[in-house]
Amino acid sequence: MGNRRLELSVGLFLLVGLACLAYLSVKLGQIRLWGGSDYPVQATFSTVNGLKIQADVTMAGVQIGRVESIQLKSGAAIVTMRINKDVNLEEDAIASIKTSGIIGDKYIAISPGASETYIQRGGKIVDTQPPLDLEELIGKFVFGKV
Amino acid sequence: MEDWIRALGRAALQQLASLGRMGMFFGHMLAGIAYPPGKFRPVLKQIHFIGSKSLFVVSFVAAFTGMVLGLQGYHTLSKFGSEGWLGAGVAMSLIRELGPVTAALMVTGRAGSAICAELGIMRIDEQIDALECMAINPYSYLIVPKLLAALIAMPLLTAIFDLVGIAGGYIAGVELLGVNPGSYWQGIESSIDWQDVYMGIVKSFCFAVLIIWISTYKGYYAGVDKGSFGPEEVSKATTDAVVLSSVAILVSDYVATSLLI
Repeated sequence: MGNRRLELSVGLFLLVGLACLAYLSVKLGQIRLWGGSDYPVQATFSTVNGLKIQADVTMAGVQIGRVESIQLKSGAAIVTMRINKDVNLEEDAIASIKTSGIIGDKYIAISPGASETYIQRGGKIVDTQPPLDLEELIGKFVFGKV
Repeated sequence: MEDWIRALGRAALQQLASLGRMGMFFGHMLAGIAYPPGKFRPVLKQIHFIGSKSLFVVSFVAAFTGMVLGLQGYHTLSKFGSEGWLGAGVAMSLIRELGPVTAALMVTGRAGSAICAELGIMRIDEQIDALECMAINPYSYLIVPKLLAALIAMPLLTAIFDLVGIAGGYIAGVELLGVNPGSYWQGIESSIDWQDVYMGIVKSFCFAVLIIWISTYKGYYAGVDKGSFGPEEVSKATTDAVVLSSVAILVSDYVATSLLI
């Protein structure tokens, strides 16, 4: 009997622990174990000024993906995003970097285009807008170069 | 004068010798994994002792740690009107720091002390010498099951600690203080990534090795230095084990953080 209780309690402990670990890494850690439910899309920005990896990608305010990586290539920033599989981006969609609130985090907002063709896996968004540089704007205003 | 210098030298040599012995012990412990008896049942028993029996106290401490984080975080964040970040703050500090460290400290107090006392009593009762007489490797028979069990149990206890803590923060922040539940969870999900979880798991493995290494070492060599094998040597070894383990956990936590961050 002693053995059965020992095994039962160890088994329970392992189950609960593994469930917690799995929840932490898969749900909160966003680790991708199998193929995944998203596809990569790239966009080139002249500057990403404060955009961070894992930042949201939204369309019409709804989160549709995340920023996977940001790299520098010949003076421009190449942002790789992972977009949910069930969201199709038109070829002429526009990606712009925006800020939530005045001091909030930067995120990428994609506004849909009108084209009939969609961006494929690993494709590129051609139209991009860099973030609004608040300091530069204030500088222009203060020093009257508008 | 000469006596005084000799005393200093003797103390230094003794320290050096015990440091070296501790290193040798670590090597023997690792080598013991490959030796017989290599049975699984002792590991199971140790998982029961280190893991299952710590479950209650770890979740209890986790719930209150999470709640106090929620409380403190709320009052600091509400000054800036950014209570929405409460979930991120609670989860981040639990998963990266407090989860692994506090769970390890609880395991030290609950299991480390008992492991040390057990081995210490076996030492003063000459049971360890008896094992050696019977050509049973005491490392693989006594220490390896504890090491393996701690390596299995610590990450799981840490994960449980993290989640119970986050739930505790939810109770304090959302239920008692009225933070928006949506922004609590959203903050957690958007701020935690795999890097943070990975950091916590790596730390918990390090702490498991440290706890078992120090506790078993102190118990195994209880009274050997002095050559007197009285019960007070066991109590001294147990105290040393708990204090040294706790210090080692906190120091190595800093080192691990600076390496992983």
